[in-house]
Amino acid sequence: MATRRSAYLRRYALFASLSIMVSIISVTVFAGAPVPDIPKGKGDKCVEDTQFMRESHMDLLLHQRDDTLRRGIRTKKHSLKECIACHVVKDSNNQAISAANPKHFCRQCHDYASVNIDCFQCHASKPGKKSVSTGLGTIRPDSEFGLAEAHSLKGGDAL
Amino acid sequence: MKQQQNKIDTYRRKFLGEGVALAATVTIAPGVLLHNIARAKPAEEAVTSEVRWGFLIDANKCASDCNACVTACNEENGLTGFDRPETDAQWIRKVTVRDKQTNFSVNLPMMCQHCAEPPCVDVCPTGASMKREDGIVLVDKHICIGCRYCMMACPYKARSFVHETLTDQLPDMPRGKGTVESCTLCVHRVDRGETPACAEACVDAEKGAILFGDLNDANSDIAKRIAAEASTQVRGDLRLDPGVRYQGI
Amino acid sequence: MKKTLTFREIDGNSTGYYGLFGVLLILIACGLGAAYYMEHNGHYVTGMSNQIVWGMPHIFAIFLIVAASGALNVASIASVFGKPMYKPLAPLSALLAISLLLGGLCVLVLDLGRPDRLIVAMTYYNLKSIFAWNILLYNGFMAIVAVYIWTMLERRFYKYSSTVGLIAFVWRLILTTGTGSIFGFLVARQAYDAAIMAPMFILMSFAFGLAVYALVLAVAYSGTGRPLGGAIVERLRKLLGVFVAAVLFFMTIYHLTNLYATEHHGIEAFILDGNNVFTGLFWLGFILIGSILPLVLCFSSGFKRSLGALSAAAILVIAGGFSIMYVIIIGGQAYPLEMFPGKEVSSSFYDGVVAHYSPTIWEFGLGLSGFAMALVVVLFAVKILRFLPISLADSVVDPHYKEPEIVENAEAATEGA
Repeated sequence: MATRRSAYLRRYALFASLSIMVSIISVTVFAGAPVPDIPKGKGDKCVEDTQFMRESHMDLLLHQRDDTLRRGIRTKKHSLKECIACHVVKDSNNQAISAANPKHFCRQCHDYASVNIDCFQCHASKPGKKSVSTGLGTIRPDSEFGLAEAHSLKGGDAL
Repeated sequence: MKQQQNKIDTYRRKFLGEGVALAATVTIAPGVLLHNIARAKPAEEAVTSEVRWGFLIDANKCASDCNACVTACNEENGLTGFDRPETDAQWIRKVTVRDKQTNFSVNLPMMCQHCAEPPCVDVCPTGASMKREDGIVLVDKHICIGCRYCMMACPYKARSFVHETLTDQLPDMPRGKGTVESCTLCVHRVDRGETPACAEACVDAEKGAILFGDLNDANSDIAKRIAAEASTQVRGDLRLDPGVRYQGI
Repeated sequence: MKKTLTFREIDGNSTGYYGLFGVLLILIACGLGAAYYMEHNGHYVTGMSNQIVWGMPHIFAIFLIVAASGALNVASIASVFGKPMYKPLAPLSALLAISLLLGGLCVLVLDLGRPDRLIVAMTYYNLKSIFAWNILLYNGFMAIVAVYIWTMLERRFYKYSSTVGLIAFVWRLILTTGTGSIFGFLVARQAYDAAIMAPMFILMSFAFGLAVYALVLAVAYSGTGRPLGGAIVERLRKLLGVFVAAVLFFMTIYHLTNLYATEHHGIEAFILDGNNVFTGLFWLGFILIGSILPLVLCFSSGFKRSLGALSAAAILVIAGGFSIMYVIIIGGQAYPLEMFPGKEVSSSFYDGVVAHYSPTIWEFGLGLSGFAMALVVVLFAVKILRFLPISLADSVVDPHYKEPEIVENAEAATEGA
């Protein structure tokens, strides 16, 4: 038969255990969980807004990679190279860091969410040196306009 | 008198200055104009089969002691070697072909032949090995599972398998462990309106053995040459119709 | 008095059983470790290279897959061809088919450059690729044989076992054709690009599958002490002999045809008369050990009804099978590509030279674990389900069995003496 005293005791025990659980969880949240510290990218805003990127950047990547690879569409807006160029993080020596470093832009959220990044097994995770173009000399000599002069324009020779 | 002289000097300086400026503009402007006109299709447009990229390689001009094309390809694509020649990637290599009866030898560069009917594309189980509309044969490394069946199927041994973890890949040429790769005809340069690194290096080395161009464009140098001169395809009997043609073999 | 046929699970309590189970689990663990090592470091740790792209793991895997489809033969003879003496052998045959295929596929998948992309391989299909078709056929085979086992083990569905058995039979012929065509469809290599590859693989599947089946049967019955009569042993012995002879025939035709064409003299000299491991494996491993000796064991009347002869022949056929797989898979890749027919070719990428291959322990470990996986599945299944008949003695299974007569006179004569 439940007495009033045992009812109080039960309620007290329930309250105590709940508060212990809450304090344990909040201690772990505040003490250890690595909430992402997302570094700011270049410029004032990203090509899409943050919420869209959070939800759909994976779809963008999946779609864009086929467009670029299979169809040769190389628009800059959703280009991976452009993302990396803007979201570059530099270390204390002002060198860009790669995805091996946990401070990399992509690593911050992906580490928190525990989602493996497969991209950087193949893709460069930091911007490269600008490719050295030899300027006019790299134009295809047999371009549509078939101008032999294209050869002589190498190095800025006179017409 | 002195004032007049100064005026003349000033006038001469101005004339020379403007003249040079005009000459420079006249020199550079068409180049800039040409560069813009000759640039490849706009970035947002997909490639089409109106264009078919190819090489014409003159083995007579290829020197046995020259490796410019190989070095250029390795640099352009970030092909780091690990001093393990059996497993290191080679996208282009110099091949020496000797006639056993006559002892006559030629040298030529051999790379992915970018066939019109590529056996590597036929055999790939996932469709990672693919041919772009403009004839460039590529590996879609996003879906390559690394089964190496395409390497068994290629008659030209064009493909390499990445046998180790890679770091510091070039942004223009992603490549990674466990996938198969081969000469991309420098697709990242071609899409920008440039020529492949090997062709450019051959020109720089003053051999000019490798000519790059649009096989479908009757006005291009390459199309004019293959219409006027004899050329062969390696293993033409297989009817794969490679985009790379050779002379002098 | 004819006893009715009863299937029962094995006891599986002996130290022998647990010992074998333990050994197989260790082999599987070694294989998984080897696969991790290969995947983590990259394939440069193996003997495979840009010249020999498929190595020891593929030899094991393809042997297992080919044997898997052949192991189903015994069940097909029972269900499709209606031979009563094979009916008790059918469930084990189907079980072996699934388990060998599973073992082979595990090895194949773990050797991929990107095994994490297995789901890609199961969802993106290039239907012009025979490899893609094989993936579909292997998965379908496992499903169909699973249903087949169900119809055989559950009494009320037994009436469907003939139909499902027929479907399984046709399916596995298509499957083995596909496996042979993996090589047969390659135009690039001198050793491949032959229509005979597909039927030759089918016959090899008959031989290898039956050899593995006979060995498993022998071990199972001597291990559990259940009787295995001479009638079944004799049937299997003769059948194995026929299959070995058929494989020998196809191999002869393949090489004779190649020898006739001057174009192929290079590859033929390399395989049949080269100063290399392939020639040794072909003549010693496949012809002598894998074909001639088993033929003697299988057809000589001195070994009639001998389980020892059957088991020995089975082991020899398996050894011969591995030898010929090595010759076909590695030998076919080691021989240089004929890019410029008739010319001598050299380069920095091993053009024009015979490629070199030394398998490493990682590859052996991975391959062996495939076998171990197959056997572990069988070992486990026969303990929990009724795959094995209690008795395969002549009195139970042989429809022509006659009770031996008791000779009264002889007994009286001995008593009197």
